[in-house]
Amino acid sequence: MATAAIELKNITKTFGSVVANKNVCLTANRGEILSILGENGSGKTTLMNMISGIYFPDEGQIFIDGKEAVIASPKDAFDYKIGMIHQHFKLVNVFSAAENIVLGLEEEGRYDIKAASARITAICQQYGFELDPKKKIYTMSVSEKQTVEIIKVLYRGADILILDEPTAVLTPQETQRLFAVLRRMRDDGKSIIIITHKMHEVLSLSDRVAVLRKGEYVGTVKTAETSEAELTEMMVGKKISLNIHRSEPKDPKARLEVHHIDCSNREGALVLDDVSFTAYSGEILGIAGIAGSGQRELLEVIAGLQKSDSGAVLYHNPKTDNVDNLQNKTPLQIRELGVRLSFVPEDRLGMGLVGNMDIVDNMMLRSYRKGKGAFLERKAPKDLAEHIIEELEVVTPGATTPVRRLSGGNVQKVLVGREIAASPTVLMAAYPVRGLDINSSYTIYNLLNQQKEKGVAVIFVGEDLDVLLELCDRILVIGSGKVTGIVDGRTATKEQVGLLMTKTEGGEVHE
Amino acid sequence: MIIAFIQRAILLGIPLLYGSTGEIVTEKSGHLNLGIPGVMYVGGISGVTGAFLYENACGNNIENMNPFLAIMIPLLASILGSMLMGLIYSFLTVTLRANQNVTGLALTTFGIGIGNFFGGSLIKLVDSEMPSIILTKTSDFYSKTLPFADNLGWFGEIFLSYEFLTYMAIAIALIVSFVLNRTRIGLNLRAVGENPATADAAGINVTRYKYVATCIGSAIAGLGGLQYVMVYTDGVWSNDAFGDRGWLAIALVIFALWKPTVAIFGSFLFGALCNAHNYINGLGVATQELFKMLPYAVTIIVLIITSMRKKREHQPPEHLGLPYFREER
Repeated sequence: MATAAIELKNITKTFGSVVANKNVCLTANRGEILSILGENGSGKTTLMNMISGIYFPDEGQIFIDGKEAVIASPKDAFDYKIGMIHQHFKLVNVFSAAENIVLGLEEEGRYDIKAASARITAICQQYGFELDPKKKIYTMSVSEKQTVEIIKVLYRGADILILDEPTAVLTPQETQRLFAVLRRMRDDGKSIIIITHKMHEVLSLSDRVAVLRKGEYVGTVKTAETSEAELTEMMVGKKISLNIHRSEPKDPKARLEVHHIDCSNREGALVLDDVSFTAYSGEILGIAGIAGSGQRELLEVIAGLQKSDSGAVLYHNPKTDNVDNLQNKTPLQIRELGVRLSFVPEDRLGMGLVGNMDIVDNMMLRSYRKGKGAFLERKAPKDLAEHIIEELEVVTPGATTPVRRLSGGNVQKVLVGREIAASPTVLMAAYPVRGLDINSSYTIYNLLNQQKEKGVAVIFVGEDLDVLLELCDRILVIGSGKVTGIVDGRTATKEQVGLLMTKTEGGEVHE
Repeated sequence: MIIAFIQRAILLGIPLLYGSTGEIVTEKSGHLNLGIPGVMYVGGISGVTGAFLYENACGNNIENMNPFLAIMIPLLASILGSMLMGLIYSFLTVTLRANQNVTGLALTTFGIGIGNFFGGSLIKLVDSEMPSIILTKTSDFYSKTLPFADNLGWFGEIFLSYEFLTYMAIAIALIVSFVLNRTRIGLNLRAVGENPATADAAGINVTRYKYVATCIGSAIAGLGGLQYVMVYTDGVWSNDAFGDRGWLAIALVIFALWKPTVAIFGSFLFGALCNAHNYINGLGVATQELFKMLPYAVTIIVLIITSMRKKREHQPPEHLGLPYFREER
């Protein structure tokens, strides 16, 4: 075989104490499409950022066409003809496509946008893109913006293309068109690396698949010689026992029924598609899925922070036995209905707490309406803050320390403590242990378990399958905004959940 | 009378045109320099100081003065003074990432303070009876107009009767417009103001563009101060006489939708509006003040209309006022 277009040897990268990549070895050849498969946080993007010059590896070597290469900046990557298409587009909105493509180029001669447009049109014809060079970015669809990004790297002469989850934002039709273009580029002798976690795309598009798990390189297999089951196993690995306490649900009653919820984002794409489930009192319902599959939107629809297009969210009030529909109500209206809903959002210091305010003031965010007269009632929140600090062992100089100065685990304890103090009947927590050390994580698991034993319906959005399988009574798996399955947490296997996670809408569309 | 009104409007408008052209260059790099009033003030006093020193060096005798030096010394002094102000602003906001609004407002206060300090010192030096410095000799050189303009009737009076600083202001605005829209440097500069992360990823030196744009922008704005003192007041500097022209220049940027060519006509319109009360008979003091409000009212109306039309090209640069961090790398 000829020399590989790009070869990585023993690449290691750490951020502080977190190992993002460990001893990764990888090769990509000319005229082939290589998929990089892995769960969230498995280090795919970090690895590719090292090839494109955004990060510099701590250890290891990169070879390009057999020669060792030092890639210290995106410009070096350009010089080695490496082009990366990021998940978040880097485009200037008020510029035309052509202006964006030539931006920053130091070409000889006069600045001539017409000549550039002609070259862009030629590239489009060669690979079958459709793009009007004069069109302004802000009038473009996501797919067109992606096209601009791809042409931008081709215009600079790239022959190694890295695409970071290129299909995450595309419709199935657009995905098909993109794949056709990528295949044409492969046949043209370019080397294409695509980061993805959608199984059907891996199988239908790539020649070889490299799998990463928790920053480590698991192996590379030929797509033709592998199966979905084998890839899933490589991706999720063997089950690890965590010994999280789990009690049997006591007297479960339907508490929250979600019926056929549809929800679209600002671009008009469906992010929740006919989602239905029931959360029972006294149980923990886990929500598993690849990041960005609609978990956040689902919780926000229930909490009244986002509007849904259709469907119903029915709440069974345990005190009055009334059933209320919470769909498209504001958080205030929901509270006025007597619904005690607590929400621990993913974005702790953005949506959950105010970083510059101290613990007492943050407690007050939930109780400021309670005071009598014009003045705020400070006594109760202060007591609550001190109670939480003591009970949850929050490490802080005092109740008047701004929460932004606390460590991640302690911030989360303050937030969860406050939400639990409202004695909720439904508790929703999104990635509550993300970024927490083991001890803090177990504190959070215990708190969730306590709530469950009190008869609260707990909804837990998680990313670590081992945790989900040990903590939750039932696990709802969501893929591209659709419920792909609800499994029993006691009997389900990791592979089973992993398969459901990667089973997306593609199944039907690509037949 | 109409011809006089137009001439007066243009004369009043030119400092605003300098100020807003300079501010447009700065804002295109993503920096909202609210220090422009201070920068223009310093531009004025620097020019005054330069002229004062040269007049003294020539023994206050117009016969000894070289026309070229009499123009160039105040001009360069003015550019130097206002560029220094731009440098302070860019060091604070680009390198130290200080809040742009606070820095700009501080720079305005600082610039007016500096201007008054030097103004006051010069007044003391000449021991004049009036609280002003009179530089009519230098002003004479600045006030030279085309000799044949008078022979061309109304056409000459409206179009050809002005001092060179007037034509220079229009020329600079046209050049800035050309550079912004038709050159690679302009494209890169606009990208820096719209989306610095994208510009950075494309290999553009964001910090350098921001520094250069802010300093050149300040130098252009400072010339507005020079024109005011050398042409508009015929070489008479009095502390605090410059008034709110700096703020009008910033309002003009918004009025012109960040386009220097529109700013040219906008400055004439603002000049006319500022001056209209002098040409309408029988206005009381209170009504006159209402008339002086017109440029601001027009700016607010333009803001409302452009916000309602939501055309992206008519909006300020997307990252105007926001500091740029390169994040981890």
